[in-house]
Amino acid sequence: MKWPAMGYARVESLDELWRALDAAGPEAQILAGGQSLLATLAFRLSAPSTLIDITRIAALKGVSVAGDVLRIGALTRHADLARDALVARHAPMLAKAAPLIAHPAIRNRGTIGGSLALADPAAELPACAVALGATVVLAAPTGERRVAASDFFQGLFTAALEPGEIITAVEVPVATASSRQTIVEVTRRSGDYAMAGLAAALEMDGAGIVTSARLVFFGIGSGAEVARGASATLTGKALSAETIAAAQAALDGDLDPPTDLHGGPEMKRHLARVLTRRALTAFLVPSEQAA
Amino acid sequence: MNEIVTPQSLGLSREDLPNSYIGRSVPRPNARKLVEGRASYTDDVDLPRLVHAAFYRSPHAHARIVSIDTSAAMKVPGVVRVFTGADLAKVCDPWVAVLAHLKGMKSAPQYPLPLERATWQGEAVVAVVAESRAAAEDGVAALAVEFEPLPAQVDMETALSPGTVVIHPELGDNLVFTRTAETGDIAAAMAAAHRIVEATFHTGRHTGVTLEPRSIIADYNRADGTLTVHHSTQAPHMMQNVFATQLRLAESDVRVICKDVGGSYGIKVHVYPDEMAVACMSRIMGRPVKFIADRFEAFGSDIHARDHRIKGRLAVDAEGRFLAFDIDDLTGIGPYSVYPRTSAVEGNQVVNLCGGPYSFPNYRCTTTVVLQNKAPTCQYRAVGHPIATAVTEGLVDLAAEALGMDPVEIRRKNLIPDDAYPCTSPAGMKFEGLSHHQSLKTLLDMVPVDRIRADQAEQRKRGVYRGLGFASFIELTNPSPFMYGIGGAKISAQDGCTVRMDPDGSVVAMSGVTEQGQGTEAILAQIVAHGVGVPVSKVRIVTGDTRTVPYGGGTWACRGAGIGGEAALLSAIALKEQILEVAGAMLQAQGPSLDIVMGEVVDKATGQARMPLSELGRIVYYRGDTLPKELSRELVQTRHFITKEYPFAFTNGIQASWLEVDVETGMVKLLEHWCVEDCGRVINPLLVDEQVRGGIVQGIGGALYEHCIYNEDGQLLTTTLADYLVPMAAEMPDMHVGHVETPTKESLLGAKGAGEAGTAGAPAAIMNAINDALKPLGAKVFAQPFTPERILKALGTIA
Amino acid sequence: MTTRIDITLTVNGERVSRSVDTRSHLVDFLRGDLGLAGAHTGCEHGVCGACTVRLDGEPVRGCLVMAASLDGAVVETIEGLSDSGEIRDLQEAFVARNACQCGYCTPGMLVTAADILVQSPEATREEIREHISGNYCRCTGYQAIVDAVEDVLKARAAKREAA
Repeated sequence: MKWPAMGYARVESLDELWRALDAAGPEAQILAGGQSLLATLAFRLSAPSTLIDITRIAALKGVSVAGDVLRIGALTRHADLARDALVARHAPMLAKAAPLIAHPAIRNRGTIGGSLALADPAAELPACAVALGATVVLAAPTGERRVAASDFFQGLFTAALEPGEIITAVEVPVATASSRQTIVEVTRRSGDYAMAGLAAALEMDGAGIVTSARLVFFGIGSGAEVARGASATLTGKALSAETIAAAQAALDGDLDPPTDLHGGPEMKRHLARVLTRRALTAFLVPSEQAA
Repeated sequence: MNEIVTPQSLGLSREDLPNSYIGRSVPRPNARKLVEGRASYTDDVDLPRLVHAAFYRSPHAHARIVSIDTSAAMKVPGVVRVFTGADLAKVCDPWVAVLAHLKGMKSAPQYPLPLERATWQGEAVVAVVAESRAAAEDGVAALAVEFEPLPAQVDMETALSPGTVVIHPELGDNLVFTRTAETGDIAAAMAAAHRIVEATFHTGRHTGVTLEPRSIIADYNRADGTLTVHHSTQAPHMMQNVFATQLRLAESDVRVICKDVGGSYGIKVHVYPDEMAVACMSRIMGRPVKFIADRFEAFGSDIHARDHRIKGRLAVDAEGRFLAFDIDDLTGIGPYSVYPRTSAVEGNQVVNLCGGPYSFPNYRCTTTVVLQNKAPTCQYRAVGHPIATAVTEGLVDLAAEALGMDPVEIRRKNLIPDDAYPCTSPAGMKFEGLSHHQSLKTLLDMVPVDRIRADQAEQRKRGVYRGLGFASFIELTNPSPFMYGIGGAKISAQDGCTVRMDPDGSVVAMSGVTEQGQGTEAILAQIVAHGVGVPVSKVRIVTGDTRTVPYGGGTWACRGAGIGGEAALLSAIALKEQILEVAGAMLQAQGPSLDIVMGEVVDKATGQARMPLSELGRIVYYRGDTLPKELSRELVQTRHFITKEYPFAFTNGIQASWLEVDVETGMVKLLEHWCVEDCGRVINPLLVDEQVRGGIVQGIGGALYEHCIYNEDGQLLTTTLADYLVPMAAEMPDMHVGHVETPTKESLLGAKGAGEAGTAGAPAAIMNAINDALKPLGAKVFAQPFTPERILKALGTIA
Repeated sequence: MTTRIDITLTVNGERVSRSVDTRSHLVDFLRGDLGLAGAHTGCEHGVCGACTVRLDGEPVRGCLVMAASLDGAVVETIEGLSDSGEIRDLQEAFVARNACQCGYCTPGMLVTAADILVQSPEATREEIREHISGNYCRCTGYQAIVDAVEDVLKARAAKREAA
């Protein structure tokens, strides 16, 4: 279908944005990469009065490191994530996640800020943000605030964004020698939304003991689903085939997947168990892997 | 017959016969416009005073139309007019899609827009015409249509149950057609069998997904009473007849122009109510109306296909010889049989084709075709073939397993011997000449079976499950009037070609078959160049305009090369003879002593050049006064061709699939695929090979990905390309194609069809490969598409 | 509400100024306003890839870009890529390999394939398949397309080596 009629405004600074939002009223929406938003217009699922184009706001761009925080500007595109040296070094999960998102032409436009704001339950980046313990930086005319990613996602396509508020950046704690990060998913075809996916971030001490674990699933619930029970079973123990099995067993209590076109809850739980083993096995020391 | 001289047949090099083009991989002359973005599809056509149509489509699977309020829509900026079913019925007669030779077949009258009831979700109910497509959609959004929802008949299994919803009460029930073919004594064969294997198969309802959606511009000119239709279609002449008949015009007043078509595969050979509505609206408004379906409309209103449940049994003796196939097919076709081919043909094909490659004495197959409140189904690439092949080949593998036989061995034992032709199958199909054993042999030369089996055994030790599957198949091509014409459908089985020499010696050929991307124009150019004796670069092909090309059936059922190609060859040869007659008069030689090579008249015996065609053209066209008065000098010839001896030219082949099943996730990874097919004379291997591969990929789509999923209320859930999964490049394997050539003796050219072979056999090969992979785990799948969920269920991983 | 926006941009090397409808996407604009019909719409929801064109040097989905947002942009379409000769070898390989049948996907496929030539000059067949897997082709088995791209990658590598 053709897009509905709407207004368009382009802004080049946050100040301009606040004025434009004020002028356009509550039915206006922010346009970043547009790779999901513009598709929903073609479904006539949304009908914003005005789209306010923020893609030229310099303050929302760029990737930098300050201390132990990697700051990723909201307009950073998936293609940038995939090839940025700082991302590869300090948040390898994101570098690994980016190529899983759709296809090159989409990755050339889609942005991390847009993906987080949409809170699509099947999307990779919200799950990564939660798994990495990221902080979402939000701005409004009244000022800036920071929300932990785990609090930011509030359910199906729902994020903790106040009206008139936008994401300016994502801050990720930089990976250290003790960090173990990966993302795995099952998709019918390359680039599809996942039937089930797992963003896994562990911290392991020198003795191989898991000091913290965040297993975050996507494509199997109403959002980025933190498997709290499974994560807890890992914490404080050495990673082994037995602890992985215990984490798998704990998933049943963590996940309550809905049915979608690919299958029902039982299949989703099963795939979550498979992904858990596949993700965590990669973190085992080689001798354990062979076993 | 069949004495086409090629360098190969004479043991010569290509240089010895420079203008012999049959069998050569000549790149398509019309491909350059495609790679430079210079093609012209229907949506690329713009006309003065053009308006655009959009449709309000039924949100219900079954509902009575209570009222239609157009007042708000008419106020939408840009909206020109709104049409209801009653408005259009004034200028258009309804159609009923039945064929007389399908005994007892029935269907209901269908109008461009329904008058009283909507019978599937997605059916066009009201049309809005506006200055732009966007404005027309705004108008649709402003329509107020009140429905009274009615109970929907969705499940084909209950379509004939007592108390079910009868979709068209005047028909009495939901039965469209049923037919049983029976040969021999099934009961006795079953009683005497050493083993009987059986299974219930499902093929998933899927659709063609042409990348260019259905597209039409109808332009009725009141001043001269003509209707010109720019149409993305496979069959321009058929549509000319349909528009003329339904809109009460003379056929000569209707012109259908079909330029480039962005994919068809059977989707664009049917009469669609919304497209008829466009013609009606133009007829009423006297100005051009354009309709380009969007992707949602395509999923909800393009024909679907292959919604079948098939129960099959195969009886074998102790040596593995087939004794009897016993098949029961059920298919749901939506609320109407689709005009004019009808929606009973797919089920009928299942009856005709099951067991097709094999020699066996007893056969019974029933198809039952029923109505349901879903999108109509009709003929889509390889009509019925992938269904019949999956059932047959699935049963064959079950028999092999039951007997402990190798899948190749059981096929070799039962395939019709290559020296048995002509013969008639138990289903009554007449085979002129097939090559199952030679094809199998060629396949086994290509597939490293021993290495694969060793790898399979090795991988299983590591918990990796790989499988190899085979599927023999037959394919029906070059249809005669026995397919449709005999049943009363105005679908032409003959085709024509006019070949003309222009003054400079270049050649123009006009053909009734159409170019859909399969390379029709390329092979016609090769054939004409070959037949006349000119370089292929000197031949220009014209297709897709009913006002200029000879009457023909267009492109369907793999007839372009076999029928259209033969007409081109005959007309090219006729032109050559005429040219040589003129040349003989000019050179004072006997025509038979001359030949034409690369655009030069030459002495046949010595090859010595006598006169370029440009000189002959100059004299014929400008200095006819210098030629003998009685000499006929028509450098234009038309020939038509129709097959006469056989109802169809059957082809055959065999495919093999090598794949890996991830038994934890249920995902299937295709590793490699092979296909050997026998389409008779191969005119252009480059084109045939990728046709076969494209066909295989559509077969893979049905086997693994594609599924039109409805909920129990008859709501289509797969309405976007993100939900309806088509095969993409990353998951496709490399495919190896081999050929055996058994030319049909019905024509000089000897060509049969090649476009559907890949689709016919691929799903069966994949199914057998998956079941081979899962054999150590005791799991089997028979329901397409073979999704991760279905494989995990078969494995018992999930309930 | 302003539903028309004035934009000035470069399309295939030529500067163009238009007042565009805000509800037009880039492909509507190219086809409707500029008469550049080489890019096609296949789904208009960003999945099929038929509308792929080059925007500021990178392939994008034309149906997922607002025309109104293009002030100052640089757009290249199949028409421009043909005129400039940049992908002549790729186009010739597509013809030689019969890598297009109906041709509807071909312009978008070529823009994506051209991106491979720049981004991954040493791409394997698997990487080629992965890169083009957002561009749907219903006619070919994709194999001829992969063959064509592979041919060009090899030819260009040989040329680089020779230079």
